[in-house]
Amino acid sequence: MSALELREIEVAYGGVPAVRKVSLSVAPGEIVGLIGPNGAGKSTTLHAIMGVVPLRAGSITFGGSSLGGLAPEKIARSGIALVPEGRRLFAELTVDENLRLGLAGRPNGGDPAKDLEVVRELFPIVSEFRDRQAGALSGGQQQQLAIARALVASPSILLLDEPSLGLAPKVVELVFETLQTIRERGLGILLVEQRAQRTVALADRTHVLASGELRLTLTPDDAADTERMVAAYLS
Amino acid sequence: MTGLVASGITSVLHDAVQPQAQVDAIGLGSIYALMAVGIGLVFGVMRLVNFAYGQLIMAGAFAIAYASGRGWPVWAGIVLCFAVVLLLSFAMDVAVFRPLRGQSAAVMLVATFAISFLLQSIALLWFGPLGKTATSLVALNQPITIGSADIRKITVVAIVTAAICLGLLLLLMSRTSLGLHMRAAAIDAPTARLLGVRANLVSGVAVLVAGLLAAVVAVLLTVQFPTVTPTYALQDTIIVLVGVVVGGMTRLIPATLGGFLIGYVSGLLGDALPSNQSQYLPSFLFGLVILVLLIRPDGLFTRGRGVVERV
Repeated sequence: MSALELREIEVAYGGVPAVRKVSLSVAPGEIVGLIGPNGAGKSTTLHAIMGVVPLRAGSITFGGSSLGGLAPEKIARSGIALVPEGRRLFAELTVDENLRLGLAGRPNGGDPAKDLEVVRELFPIVSEFRDRQAGALSGGQQQQLAIARALVASPSILLLDEPSLGLAPKVVELVFETLQTIRERGLGILLVEQRAQRTVALADRTHVLASGELRLTLTPDDAADTERMVAAYLS
Repeated sequence: MTGLVASGITSVLHDAVQPQAQVDAIGLGSIYALMAVGIGLVFGVMRLVNFAYGQLIMAGAFAIAYASGRGWPVWAGIVLCFAVVLLLSFAMDVAVFRPLRGQSAAVMLVATFAISFLLQSIALLWFGPLGKTATSLVALNQPITIGSADIRKITVVAIVTAAICLGLLLLLMSRTSLGLHMRAAAIDAPTARLLGVRANLVSGVAVLVAGLLAAVVAVLLTVQFPTVTPTYALQDTIIVLVGVVVGGMTRLIPATLGGFLIGYVSGLLGDALPSNQSQYLPSFLFGLVILVLLIRPDGLFTRGRGVVERV
């Protein structure tokens, strides 16, 4: 398993800085949280890792190799999978077709059938509703499918962009429990979330991002310290 | 006056329901459906309206005419046609489409206009304004009698060929990983790429499959219209483009149905209209198109946006 490392990355949209000198790393088997207010640059950081937006400065390496200038599909095939914000499922394709699309991101080697089986065990809904159109699933089921689709690519690092967005509290709990299970299987997770307290409690460390800059790093021990978190958000 | 118009319409309708007119219309619809698939496939995957599609057919037709003029066997002419069209498709993809990926739809459309006129000009310089004649397959114009109808062999060949091509394409799209990737790219290319779908491979295959279909159309059209000029298939392409829009440009099956429908209606009206009024055929056709687009601007065969739309 390889580690992901961001060193002082900067991203700008039309000259307006969105991410400034952000450095962080994700090692196998750990969850790193990234929280902050809207527009802080959290999703942009994930897009920069996936090669969707170019870096203005800094570098991103994965397993020691630079990801600079690589197309999104090459980054996906190198072992980094993204669960995008809003899930971005192919609504008119079936659940099974959505799942099989995840296989496109597999690095060479391994047994796709075995990985599909493992993911089906982890998320029974993908077997239960395999012939149903993905758009007909509930929000929670869609989120499970989106995570399952990313996992069949057999990634070393999983990036999640607000997986709890729009979900009922019970389903949010299920998603966070699933992340814990995934971590135990040795994957590194970079989790972008709005649910700050829940994220800080789950992640090995959580970075607070505001106006494109890392302001603070919190550990699970800080989860109860709401004043510190609010101060970090408002700083 | 009203009586005269009513009598004219009755006569046109009477001619249109004759079996021979129906089969001819289905034959033309089949060829247009193949063109529509070629145009729709590239648009679906790349969001690019390939206006130069007709010039691919023209180039294939010139290849057949060239082989025919040199006395080459039929199979050699067909092989040359496929080679020329596929080579041009590949060159188009590598030299123009890939570098322009991500540009606006207007830039891409203008680029295909430029390719279209470039290929026409090359054909004009090479073969002259009068073009060449492809005679190697004209024997397929001979009729066979089925019941009360005299049907040209090429009509049957066109229908069967289109059915086989569309069937194979359906298998490719529904049963293979590549087909799944192409469908995903057609729905949401950026997300497909984030999942690892190879954009170059998918768009390259779409352009080459469209090229294969253009070559098939070139072979079929040269039987029916053996005189190949630099503007060959240009009007057909415009009609098919309109058919694709009428059917629903963003989805392959509606686009194909749109292509078939406009070919079918065009064939029926062409058969039914008296020869001194056939120049009004495009007016009738485009009048109908305007009517359809006013009623269903998203396309005649597209579904409403329901729960299956992306959430």
